[in-house]
Amino acid sequence: MQKIKELVIEKSLLFSALITIAVTFGIISVLAIEAFRFFSEVSIFDFFTDTQWTPLFTDKHYGILPLLSGTLLTSFIAISVALPIGLSISIYLSEYAPKSFRKTVKPLLELLAAVPTVVYGFFALIVVTPFLQQFIPNLSGFNSLSAGIVMGIMIIPFVSSLSEDALHAVPKALKEASYGMGATKLQTAFKVVVPAASSGIIVSIILAISRAIGETMIVAIAAGQQPRLTLDPTVPVETITAFIVQVSLGDVQHGSIEYRTIFAAGITLFVFTFLLNTLSYRIRKKYQEKYE
Amino acid sequence: MNSIQKNRLKDQLFKIWGIACTLFGLVLLVIFIGDILIDGIGRIDWGFITDLPSRKAEKSGIFTALMGSIWILLLTTAIAFPVGVAAGVYLEEYSKKNRLSAILEINISNLAGVPSIIYGLLGLEVFVRIMGLGASVLAGALTLSLLILPIIIVATREAIKAVPKSIRDASYALGASKWQTIWNQILPASGGGILTGVILALSRAVGETAPLIVVGALAYVPFAPSNPMDEFSVLPIQIFNWISRPQHGFIENAAAAIIILLLITFVMNGIAVYFRNKWQKRLK
Repeated sequence: MQKIKELVIEKSLLFSALITIAVTFGIISVLAIEAFRFFSEVSIFDFFTDTQWTPLFTDKHYGILPLLSGTLLTSFIAISVALPIGLSISIYLSEYAPKSFRKTVKPLLELLAAVPTVVYGFFALIVVTPFLQQFIPNLSGFNSLSAGIVMGIMIIPFVSSLSEDALHAVPKALKEASYGMGATKLQTAFKVVVPAASSGIIVSIILAISRAIGETMIVAIAAGQQPRLTLDPTVPVETITAFIVQVSLGDVQHGSIEYRTIFAAGITLFVFTFLLNTLSYRIRKKYQEKYE
Repeated sequence: MNSIQKNRLKDQLFKIWGIACTLFGLVLLVIFIGDILIDGIGRIDWGFITDLPSRKAEKSGIFTALMGSIWILLLTTAIAFPVGVAAGVYLEEYSKKNRLSAILEINISNLAGVPSIIYGLLGLEVFVRIMGLGASVLAGALTLSLLILPIIIVATREAIKAVPKSIRDASYALGASKWQTIWNQILPASGGGILTGVILALSRAVGETAPLIVVGALAYVPFAPSNPMDEFSVLPIQIFNWISRPQHGFIENAAAAIIILLLITFVMNGIAVYFRNKWQKRLK
């Protein structure tokens, strides 16, 4: 009797674990089926080469490039903010800061990542854009610059925390050897510790990029809803995620081509983040073997 | 200046830069919360919390959105907590090192990186359309449950890993079965860590906006949901809706609603940290 009970419990726990596989399977098949229906009406060649995205207008164009450029532009700005600041924080905390300071500051910084993204959107639109307009007079009310900067602030803790963990995991002997040679903390940090922790740092950067690409509310609120193929950070753009929100807010008939566009946009987004996540997982696995 | 002095100077300069960067993030957080408090605190009164939404900014309240958020929170907890912990226990205690466990592990790590809006698309197709739940609280809660499942699983595994082997050995030595050991020893000993992870995951769910918009949660609902099949709105969507309106009164409303939302998020994070500290002390 006891044995049967144990077996039933084990199987039901296994079932719970298998749900996660079902989720992945569900995501891929839902996106693939709806995108397949979309591409039976729109040529895949136009999708990747047309420079206009106007599925909600009478003159319909289905070129993903403007949405893609909007996504990459905001993500690029975000990473340019988060990378230097996040890395400097991680090096300072792991190599310079007193232990007690590190212990209080790390959770406080992580609070930045706990703030709901809709709140950051408010901040970007109501505070940062008017502030930047004092210096850049022709900055439009919706723009990728403020959205990108605020998104960068949001992902600082992703870079700083994960990189700090990686720096902290570097064996003490390496650092001591460097100090023994008379190197300063800065020389040790950049010539010994950072190279030794490089794979962990790269993982943190890739995850931050993936997070920026998938971020929705900040860009939906502050970057605008005008798909355009541009690298100009002062004008309104639209990201893939913001487009999905825009369509979802409207009244779109199930089964219509408009309905399917969000899945075509979604699968493009999914492919990007999937590749980045797989890459970071591979690097992480390799790196774990190195020190264990 | 010789090269030793130069290097020392550089070292000092980087130290200052490092402090500046660290403070940059924290100072922004303070400015930001301060700004929202200035914009919104004057709007918060009892009526703001108990009033229904309205076309006039000064008459609008967050009652329906707040109730929607509470419904979502309760249902998501009821769904994601048991499934996530069960999956975590399986992976840490039962699964052998084989192909299946490797696939499960890669898969969970990947799911944790899928953008939340993609979960919205999954929920829209599977829960809203195929299962016919419509844009209901239940469909929203199921979607968010899938979203936070990986976080709960990872937290459960970490917490179980931290339980000393001696506890396990002692239990087996007394003749306890595997499940008896897990249920009576390992889960109680890892409870604090699991709880921390679950609360953090739920605080993320409370702040999520995008997947619920995709699932079809409304910006305006006249009544609070009374059962899981009712349509609903949540606080972040209400905030988003108010931000999107040009009149100034709504911006003030948005700031006030943000104060309530941040209060909920920070209190949940605080509780999580409290449990973690208490648990880590006990474990030692």
